[in-house]
Amino acid sequence: MSVSDIYIDLFRNNRQTIDAGIAPVINGCRERALQALSEYGLPNKKLEEYLHFDAEQLFAPDWGMNLGRLKMAVDYTEAFRCNVPNLSTLLYYLAGDTLVQSESAARVQLDNGVLIGSLNSMAKDYPELVEKYYAGIANMERSGIASINTMFAQDGLFVYVPDGVVVEKPVQLVSLLQSKVDMMVNRRILVVLGNGAQLKLLLCDHSIESRNALSVQVVEAYVGSGASFSYYDLEETHTANHRINELFIEQQSDSNVELKTITLHNGKTRNTIFATLAGRGASLNVDGVAITDKQQQVDNYTYIDHKVSDCTSNELYKYVLDQESLGAFAGRVLVRQDAQRTAAHQTNRNICLTRTARMFTQPQLEIYADDVKCSHGATVGQLDEKALFYMQQRGISESEARTLLMLAFVDEVIGNVKLEPLRDRLRRLVEKRFRGELGHCEGCNICK
Amino acid sequence: MLKIENLHASINGKEILKGINLQVNPGEVHAIMGPNGSGKSTMSNVLVGHPSYQVTEGSVTYKGKNLLDMAVEQRSHEGLFLSFQYPVEIPGVSMTNFMRTAINEKRKYLELPPLSPSDFLKLIKAKRDLVKLDSKFMNRSVNEGFSGGEKKRNEIFQMAMLEPSLSILDETDSGLDIDALRIVAEGVNKLKTPETSVIVITHYQRLLDYIKPDIVHVLYSGRIIKTAGPELALELEERGYDWLIKEFEDSQK
Repeated sequence: MSVSDIYIDLFRNNRQTIDAGIAPVINGCRERALQALSEYGLPNKKLEEYLHFDAEQLFAPDWGMNLGRLKMAVDYTEAFRCNVPNLSTLLYYLAGDTLVQSESAARVQLDNGVLIGSLNSMAKDYPELVEKYYAGIANMERSGIASINTMFAQDGLFVYVPDGVVVEKPVQLVSLLQSKVDMMVNRRILVVLGNGAQLKLLLCDHSIESRNALSVQVVEAYVGSGASFSYYDLEETHTANHRINELFIEQQSDSNVELKTITLHNGKTRNTIFATLAGRGASLNVDGVAITDKQQQVDNYTYIDHKVSDCTSNELYKYVLDQESLGAFAGRVLVRQDAQRTAAHQTNRNICLTRTARMFTQPQLEIYADDVKCSHGATVGQLDEKALFYMQQRGISESEARTLLMLAFVDEVIGNVKLEPLRDRLRRLVEKRFRGELGHCEGCNICK
Repeated sequence: MLKIENLHASINGKEILKGINLQVNPGEVHAIMGPNGSGKSTMSNVLVGHPSYQVTEGSVTYKGKNLLDMAVEQRSHEGLFLSFQYPVEIPGVSMTNFMRTAINEKRKYLELPPLSPSDFLKLIKAKRDLVKLDSKFMNRSVNEGFSGGEKKRNEIFQMAMLEPSLSILDETDSGLDIDALRIVAEGVNKLKTPETSVIVITHYQRLLDYIKPDIVHVLYSGRIIKTAGPELALELEERGYDWLIKEFEDSQK
């Protein structure tokens, strides 16, 4: 029996439990997902984009899933503070896939028509709106992950920003892995930005238990014409916590999107981004930082589809790998025949601090238009010995000099986070990480 | 202050220094001259502890302590400074952060508390003025995009910040126009006290017009083949090294 068959069986045997209390919009997509999974299966290492990440193996254990939606007792807001100083956010907590209301989340509908709240509740209250977008761009023919996620999806977050509305405060979603037993969490996030809308979304993944856990999350984001969307995804969990995250994003004309994926602490992580530039003049920045040690593993895969002309995409991923950790980056850029005057640039730079740390990097440019500016560059190297010696001559100890060089290396990404308090906070977290002071999630009262 | 005895050093198994003897006393300025490839830069690198060089024989005593036993940063904390021939660019590390870390690591070594931010800024301002280094350089990455002259002025600025007791200036004059040379040399002279010493490594007399040496050595083939007063530098400027090398080779026969 293959790994996907286990999930197909689980799904069939628990269909009633899965559907119970869940909005028809969400339940209505399950059959389609089931068919896709039956046909295509889970990604395995035979696929080029999964060469260095064994997704099947991660799904193989008999994870418990909280399909019966048992309430968890802990008051998360007391247990946990993901405190970004000076950053006033609209703050939400997800325990597993369930929204835990905090004081600022009490009102799900803001005055200007903005909707923020539980995906399941919203799908019941606004079925037509959610149905229009839900499982629309999460391509299940292409991704077994999206199929599984859609089959079992019960809740998560929904954010809707109407045309022309600017959400000034960043929306922050803290996802907590918390369970006394080994567990798989399946979460779904849907973000819709109308034309000219603006939103900053900060996702923080944390864990407050050291149990084995697999977090499977699918994010769909629709970005309207002239809209502006910043998406920051920070993972800071435990070495026993694994994560598979897929972001599907579609951009209309003249929209601006900034995506940043930062892995500070984890077990095994796979981040996939499928971005479609569907309207002329759309611009996309995709950046990432991964800092790994021990046997941690981070695999970022991006697929940018330049469908139409005059769009821009810029990618910059930087990894610092220590000890026996493993990193992989593959970036595919597809420039279709009609996508003239495309500018697409991709850079991946990596530092292996030890001989046993490994990095695999693979740019994949597929260009069918003839009037384009495309470039890619990838390097794997060590810290600059000359710079280390120069700093030591000035009295800076070797370990401090190494820390300064590593901070400088990743600051090319962290330093251009537009949200200033978040940038300062990230710098501090990264510094603590490099100094070995970040063994688990920062700010977690339970771990302390 | 510094006593080098029979120093032999090699890189990748190739012997470069073949028995250097040199004593530098407090307050003295020594010039080390010599043709290309004679071992001048190797000597300065060995003194500050560059990991690529192996000392195979001999000893170096600095302020009565065994210098060769010390880590690179400890040599720095003990007051040894090298002005690099090719200062290294460090993208992403700001001058301010770099200097603050260096100063506070030294203070920690000396069991002093870290400098307060305001005292640190005052110190920077005072030392910048010494080498006429604009404040805008403090927010830039170390040496990144600096012109040749700016890099050398930055070396002397760092020297001023760290207040070393023995400074080695490795071809600080290379790549400098005459105005920059004057600023750099004036900076070095202002920092000079009766307790501090300087070793100037150079090809040319022209730097020595500004930084007056007490003693001039000629290094050739890993050995000091001639030591004399400042008049030797003038003679070398006029006659070149060939006559000295010939004299040395004849004496070896």
